[in-house]
Amino acid sequence: MATREEEMTTQDQTDEEVVEQEVDYNANPIVSYKDVHKSFGDVHVLKGINLDIYPSEKIAIIGPSGSGKTTIIRMLMTLEEPSEGDIIVDGENLWKMEKGNGEMVRASDKHLHGIRDDIGMVFQHFNLFPHKTILNNCVMPLTSVRKMPKNEAIELSKEMLSRVGLGDKLDMYPSSLSGGQKQRVAMARALVMKPKIMLFDEVTSALDPELVGEVLEVIRDLARTEEMAMVMVTHEMDFALEIADRVLFLDGGKIAESGSASEVIEHSENPRLQDFLKRFRAD
Amino acid sequence: MFESVPDIIRYVIQGFGVTTSIFLAAAAFSYVMAFVAGLCRLSNITIIRGITAVYVEFFRGTSLIVQLFWLQYAIPMLLGINIASAWWIGVIAIGLNYGAYLSEVVRTSVISVDKGQTEASIALNMTRFQRMRLVILPQALRLMLPEFGNYSIQILKGTSLVSLIGVTDILYFGDVYRSSNLSEGAMVYFILLIIYFIIALPLIYLSKKGEKIAKKGAAT
Repeated sequence: MATREEEMTTQDQTDEEVVEQEVDYNANPIVSYKDVHKSFGDVHVLKGINLDIYPSEKIAIIGPSGSGKTTIIRMLMTLEEPSEGDIIVDGENLWKMEKGNGEMVRASDKHLHGIRDDIGMVFQHFNLFPHKTILNNCVMPLTSVRKMPKNEAIELSKEMLSRVGLGDKLDMYPSSLSGGQKQRVAMARALVMKPKIMLFDEVTSALDPELVGEVLEVIRDLARTEEMAMVMVTHEMDFALEIADRVLFLDGGKIAESGSASEVIEHSENPRLQDFLKRFRAD
Repeated sequence: MFESVPDIIRYVIQGFGVTTSIFLAAAAFSYVMAFVAGLCRLSNITIIRGITAVYVEFFRGTSLIVQLFWLQYAIPMLLGINIASAWWIGVIAIGLNYGAYLSEVVRTSVISVDKGQTEASIALNMTRFQRMRLVILPQALRLMLPEFGNYSIQILKGTSLVSLIGVTDILYFGDVYRSSNLSEGAMVYFILLIIYFIIALPLIYLSKKGEKIAKKGAAT
């Protein structure tokens, strides 16, 4: 964790960039889950998720292991197909599309490709491209997916890598970085694509404890300065409390609690949540 | 005993060009078949997967010599057409045969690239083709190198079978020499072993090198 002092200096440095972000809950949500279910074989993991995500909203999802937290965001990233229900992104159904006769059918690759452009994701295990330098990890998606001219892509990537504190490691390969550094590269790689919504899948869980702070610091900075919506699956309870506009507690395949961080973490009466928090804090 | 060595070398070396040219052409052809068939077996389309599976299993499951005889003798007899020169038939049969084996190397290498790599490239919204070309294949290639080295040596040795359909490679010349100098048989075949081994040396070196590169290619 960063000390209070470090936080203050970062705060000062980024003061000018800070975007005043009041989440507008009357706006149209950018993502809506409508009664989404997911089973893996016989295991019914998600049993009816209803969730609206608003532009620039920062959401933290907490809950016991195996409760399906990660599955919620993986379905939005098109890595997992819902068994039932709809996910609407910017007014369009993500996993279904309309055939000529109005019938809804399973989305094609092309349909998914069109919609997921607005979504970015950072993974627990980084998933950097090991055969590319750090700079090229960022440049390659820009030139191939965005068709950005190479010099422009390099500029943007350098800028983003400097922002996450890795401006001096551009030509290194991922294998020579620490876990915290890898995760920061992964964030820069997702950020250069300028998604409207960014998903974080337990991004600190695979890190040594002393490396967690540097990664959280980057997310904290993003949460303060970026207008994109963010959904974090996390075990960092204090961190969730600090930056999330809304905390969701997932239990038994459903969203059991939802509200501001203080409402959920500090004032909820839900016994399952109390139990979860108690066990968590005891660790 | 050794005085005939220069004669034998001079005689069998006449086949050197044919042996190496068949090797190079058959290897190149088998690499192409390996990628075409290996990637087809990973296709989403059932019929493409089915057809390639039949190709792979047929060529893996039958003898290369019999395949050579089929192309050289049986098919012309049955259909009344000559397919190609014996040199080309050697290239085609060896290429198809080892292409089938190598396609399995391609397929398993592609599958063994960490799933997280595919997920990351989906998250970056790459198309299926971009994912394969920019992310999966470059990593899978490293994993393939050692096996491609091994099979290349096998292909070189496999070229000796073409002497059976009358292609004039080094073994063919060796056989001819021996048939008119029966007492030299042992020496002739010893020299052939040495020649094959010398041609294989660079391949052995390359596949060792490939193994080292493959070890470095591990995902983060």
